[in-house]
Amino acid sequence: MSSRTPETRATSLFMRYAILVLVALIFVFPLVFMLVSSLKPSLQLLSDTSSIRAFLPVGNISLDNYTASFARAPVALFIFNSIFITSVTVVLNLVICSMAGFSFAFLDWKGKDVMLSVVIATLIVPLETIAIPLLLVVNNLPWVGLHGIEWGWLNSYRVQIVPFLSDALTVFLFVQYFRDLPRDLIEAARIDGASWFQIYAKVIMPISGPVIATAAILRFLAMYNQYLWPLMVTQSEQYRPVMVGLQYFFQLNTDWGQVMAYLSMITVPVLAFYLALQRAFITSIASTGIKG
Amino acid sequence: MGRFAKLTGVLALTTALAGPALAATELSMWYHGAGGDSAERDTFARIIKEFNESQSNWEVKLQAFPQIAYNDAITAAAVAGKLPDIIDVDGPIMPNWAWSKYMQPLPIPEEKFAKFLPGTLGHWDGKLYSVGLWDAAVAMYARKSVLEENGIRIPTLDKPWTLEEFDAALVKLKDSGKFDYPLDLAMNDKGEWYPYAFSPFLQSFGGDIVDRSTYKTAEGALNGEAAVKFGNWWQSLFERKLAPGTSQDTGDHDTGFLEGKYALQWNGNWAALKPLDKFGDDMLFLPAPDFGHGPKIGAASWQLGISAASKHADGAAKFIEFATQDKYLAAFSNAIGLIPATAEAAQMTENYKDGGKLAVFYDLSAKQALVRPVTPGYVFAAKEFRKALSDIADGADVQDTLDAAADAITADIEKNSGYGH
Repeated sequence: MSSRTPETRATSLFMRYAILVLVALIFVFPLVFMLVSSLKPSLQLLSDTSSIRAFLPVGNISLDNYTASFARAPVALFIFNSIFITSVTVVLNLVICSMAGFSFAFLDWKGKDVMLSVVIATLIVPLETIAIPLLLVVNNLPWVGLHGIEWGWLNSYRVQIVPFLSDALTVFLFVQYFRDLPRDLIEAARIDGASWFQIYAKVIMPISGPVIATAAILRFLAMYNQYLWPLMVTQSEQYRPVMVGLQYFFQLNTDWGQVMAYLSMITVPVLAFYLALQRAFITSIASTGIKG
Repeated sequence: MGRFAKLTGVLALTTALAGPALAATELSMWYHGAGGDSAERDTFARIIKEFNESQSNWEVKLQAFPQIAYNDAITAAAVAGKLPDIIDVDGPIMPNWAWSKYMQPLPIPEEKFAKFLPGTLGHWDGKLYSVGLWDAAVAMYARKSVLEENGIRIPTLDKPWTLEEFDAALVKLKDSGKFDYPLDLAMNDKGEWYPYAFSPFLQSFGGDIVDRSTYKTAEGALNGEAAVKFGNWWQSLFERKLAPGTSQDTGDHDTGFLEGKYALQWNGNWAALKPLDKFGDDMLFLPAPDFGHGPKIGAASWQLGISAASKHADGAAKFIEFATQDKYLAAFSNAIGLIPATAEAAQMTENYKDGGKLAVFYDLSAKQALVRPVTPGYVFAAKEFRKALSDIADGADVQDTLDAAADAITADIEKNSGYGH
């Protein structure tokens, strides 16, 4: 039996909400600063940083930084490129990695455990260490285009997509999630005569929303934030994504207002994607927490 | 054979023979200005257009990269064997790219550039590899009224401040109590600014980043008696609160001199127009102090060169010769405010002709400029120098820090078998 009075419970609740609001503000402040700063001239933006004005839309407010951003760089092209590359990669990555995860979780084949260990071990290899060999590989790959067989994949969308169609983290996420699903589901489907592909497509994937959302968000962020690889493989402006485009704004005299306007614009797709999948993402995190 | 068949045969043969002669060979060109000054891009576009129209053998196509990403893009392209014909290269980096076989010597007689400012010509291994259409210079920004009010002598190119005079001026300005700091060194800019802007101080004290007599060691140059004297003075600037340190806010640097927070500012000609507009005739661009071994400022900006991978070096050279005409040097200067590479071009500009607002920078560049160490190892050495100066400003032991930097630079030179020196 609790000895807490209604007053102490109210105080406790108030404190809890106060802390939550404080934490929320800490997370929201950078976004507010970015949005508000994108509306201010650079000199005002810099002088406002030393006071609360940094978070308030006060002073000389306009959309000039947005107009200037479009004049400085092909912003729409960069955003399109990033969304296209990221979307295609995420969708194909989820298909490939979920199939791999299904195989590791449910199918019996020789060397499965060793292979899974090898896949997971690749988690410790950062892209930077294999970037140069990977560049040499893609630079010598054939492609059948409008002009017949061409050699080398540089300056294309495919060179930014294909190397990332599978990754160890996503495979691992699917394996972990699939292993915790009830085996009865699989056995019932097998008794009903379903093929392994039917089980994958019609039984397992429909109940894997949370892990799909989690993997999608993680892959989306990783792909959308790509910088080194696209920089190495896209010499033509036509294929550059947003993070390479961001560098257009860092000049000898950087205009911070324009930087903030550009960041605000390229953040919109990320926020929209996260908000669309947040419920499933939180469900996945929550369910991960109660396992074990 | 019918008449029609003969006619078509002749036409086909004529077309086949004429085709290659009519088609201009494409020359790819990369430069670092994507997202940068649109006037600079427009001037490049104009030169390229006029070059392409001036002859029928070559057609230059420009691809721009953001400056921050440019060097990495060049390195990646070199690995992939996809370098363009013409590249632009930052002056101090050029020896590294030449040594790394990214570039080839210019097939242009050097006499063609006899009138160019020394800092605009990039040499490696006795050969000319690159040529700049402009140079940049640094000066001590000051206001005449502030110096006169505080009884400080206005230095000239012939009689710059000595170390003692400069130091006393800083103390006097601090004691006036009217400024947050007497001097702004732009310590917030931790990129190439440190070696470009501050290594001339070290050189004026008698030290250097490496020993230029051999280029095989930094020992003695970066940690000898002169360098330690420089390091002690450098550290004292921050200990005595004569200049904001490494934690300086970018906004303060951008607005501090204009708002009167700083009495003096060590800054480049690219930033000169704003204070000129604000202070008019009161604005002064003063020469670098002479710390004992002559006044020095940095030199060498972006230059044009030909990649080692180019199969059309003759065409690329034709373009570079075309682009380095005085009228284009003047056009660039008028567009972006940098110092034209020749005196003749300077006379064709608004700001650098005799009596022009920024003419003093041409004289500074001609009389005080010293290029950064001409070695492939500069890329590594510059990072060590930058770190050492930052650490000393933050209070690290001067001798130990310079010893560590000199050791690291010397070890890097040895690891790379002397970088071809």
